[in-house]
Amino acid sequence: MSRLQLVPKYPREKQVMMNLNGDEAIAYAAKQSYVDVVAAYPITPQTIIVEKYSEFVANGEVHTEFVPVESEHSAMSACVGAAAAGARAFTATSSQGLALMVEILYIASGLRLPIVLAVVNRALSAPINIHNDHSDAYLMRDSGWIMLFAENVQEAYDTTIQAFKIAEHPEVQLPTSVHIDGFFLSHTLENIYTLPDEAVYEFLGGPRKIPKVRVDYFGEEVDYVLNPARPLSFGNLALYDYYFEMKIPQLIAINKALDVIKQVNEEWYELTGRRYGNGLVDPYMVEDADIVIVAMGSGAGTIRSVVKKYRERGLKIGLLRVRSYRPFPHSDIRNLLRNTKLVVVMDRAIGPGQYGALYLDIASTLYHERSRPILVDYVYGLGGRDLSPDMVSTMINQLVKDLERGYIPEEERLRFLGVRG
Amino acid sequence: MVVKTIPEIPVKKGEPPYKLWIFEPGEKKEFPLVFNLRQLAEQRRPALIPGHRLCAGCAAPIVVKLASFAFRGPTIVVSATGCLEVSTSIYPYTSWAVPWIHNAFENAAATASGIEAAIKALKKTGRLKYDHVDVVVFAGDGGTYDIGFQALSGMAERGHDVLYILYDNEAYMNTGIQRSGGTPKFAWTTTSPVGSVLPGKGEHKKPIADIMVAHRIPYVATATPAHWMDLMKKVRKGIEVNGPAFIHALSSCDRGWRHEEAISIEILRRAVDTCYFPLWEWTPETGYLLTDRSLVIARNPSLKQPIDKFLEVQGRFRHLLRPENKELLKQLQDYVDAVWEDLLKRASNAPR
Repeated sequence: MSRLQLVPKYPREKQVMMNLNGDEAIAYAAKQSYVDVVAAYPITPQTIIVEKYSEFVANGEVHTEFVPVESEHSAMSACVGAAAAGARAFTATSSQGLALMVEILYIASGLRLPIVLAVVNRALSAPINIHNDHSDAYLMRDSGWIMLFAENVQEAYDTTIQAFKIAEHPEVQLPTSVHIDGFFLSHTLENIYTLPDEAVYEFLGGPRKIPKVRVDYFGEEVDYVLNPARPLSFGNLALYDYYFEMKIPQLIAINKALDVIKQVNEEWYELTGRRYGNGLVDPYMVEDADIVIVAMGSGAGTIRSVVKKYRERGLKIGLLRVRSYRPFPHSDIRNLLRNTKLVVVMDRAIGPGQYGALYLDIASTLYHERSRPILVDYVYGLGGRDLSPDMVSTMINQLVKDLERGYIPEEERLRFLGVRG
Repeated sequence: MVVKTIPEIPVKKGEPPYKLWIFEPGEKKEFPLVFNLRQLAEQRRPALIPGHRLCAGCAAPIVVKLASFAFRGPTIVVSATGCLEVSTSIYPYTSWAVPWIHNAFENAAATASGIEAAIKALKKTGRLKYDHVDVVVFAGDGGTYDIGFQALSGMAERGHDVLYILYDNEAYMNTGIQRSGGTPKFAWTTTSPVGSVLPGKGEHKKPIADIMVAHRIPYVATATPAHWMDLMKKVRKGIEVNGPAFIHALSSCDRGWRHEEAISIEILRRAVDTCYFPLWEWTPETGYLLTDRSLVIARNPSLKQPIDKFLEVQGRFRHLLRPENKELLKQLQDYVDAVWEDLLKRASNAPR
């Protein structure tokens, strides 16, 4: 091994291997993250995250106040209240629950409260369905939350702990969501490496730190919290004279998160020996690839294995997994896809009347390049339909033909994978 | 012409006249409940300080100020979206002298639940700088009877130590006087207008305080700012009980009720005198107890006024006083009488 090999602070032998599914891994990560308040509601479809967390509370393993609210809307509302009062707040949801929460998601980010939300991505009704796709995640696309997509259970655990650090970074102070694919990750057992409690506590710097804000009345910097010593008003009315100016710092903060996500990814690497690309994007054999598949979530695992096979056969193909969907890492993606001939975007949701949401993001990223690759959108896996390696092979075979042809006609730019009829 | 002079409020030199409430960490002092007007003026400042943009004649700020005179110490206030919220927090100003948060319309109770849970968690881990921090919610009738009811009921069921004060102006006044679950029968609103066929709202007011009694929480009461000592006592009791408390305060709205600004308090007095809005409190131990003027009326029924006295000063009921609508007026009187009789049967301190 080269001398550049980094020795993590907690090498594998110092970590604890546990057999957990995605839900349990997230609950375990939250347990280690010194969360003060968990508010949750089991809307259909429900997740095991909060069940597992309730067990920790019932057994006295955590100091957390568990608030079993009466709706997902109240779950996020209670998290807003708790975070404004200075607590580290966490909740989890899925599909219809996320839809009900949306109103308060905007308020949480507008008030700059670093809440962490685990989203088990599932299809939206109707027809009602409890299986995975990303249509619920796109509901919160413009809500001002940092959105991180995990590929496997290990990453779900790692990302949940990282999410607290990213959200609470003094220059970010924005709510963060961790997305895992329903059933594919949430209910699939995996052997994962977990850190000892004290390592996580140290990584996060202990309990939540309250940021300071400058307030003219006090003539000093005061804690941004509901504090009887220095009373502040949260959630004021701001009209056309101030609303615009109050939204801009939010944009600056989420752009700042691009650096912070990278930095936290590196810190995690130094601690555990694990990292996910540069934290924002996770490329696989992209450098010299003619064809690059862009995907998010668990589907990337399947695609990677197929890409590997095609590489062995000599096809110059790569995979680019987007880990941070918001903020969207434009420059990283542009640099990676600059010399690609064909980019295929895999969308696990439809945007009726439009291409898929990820496709639009990739298209807007590549638009400014002098020579643009051919771009095609594949919609797959709606309502939990499996993405099999065969399907990916079929797609790649078609892409090879497209590349030979040199263009994709307009009516073929939106394609569907694995749909009958 | 009468020259009105503003009374001088004792102000320490060098201090701004309207200061925020500052409780330095570790502050243990509890405010006593004082009723002497001079003492109140000299020793206490309301949590809602001047400069807010509520209408002249609005009773909501009076409810808030009286309630805040009864706060015992460090307090966090939560507001639902509504008149009170939009007119007291216009950025870059605020009228709140205490830590205050507004989240959305329907979730004041859920937000308060989260704050209370956070306080508990901070206390458990030794990070709370006070012995106790009280949480008080002020929400209007729309945010309580209708869209916010689920969150309120959930908060009551879970037993959070929060005092929820409903200031009930009987319609969605903030958005332009639309009917709510708290609007009384036959009242005019912009969504229950008086037409050639329909005489205003067709349904009675939802008995919200009785619904909260049915949750069997530690304390429920009704109050008006016209009976101010009664209101202050009830607020203090609501804060002191260990668990959720609910106070239903009637709050007149000159814009929506169509009355003169100067008679807001008089109308609320009449609401109690006509037994349209009886004053009572309820605890699981004592059951219903009449208080203040309503107890006096129960002891001396001749003091009970006909409902006309309450209606005649309000434009929203003008149509009821027309001769052809006599029957409707009688219907309303019968309803008020039935509710009052029912309350007399339940109240343990009413004369038998």
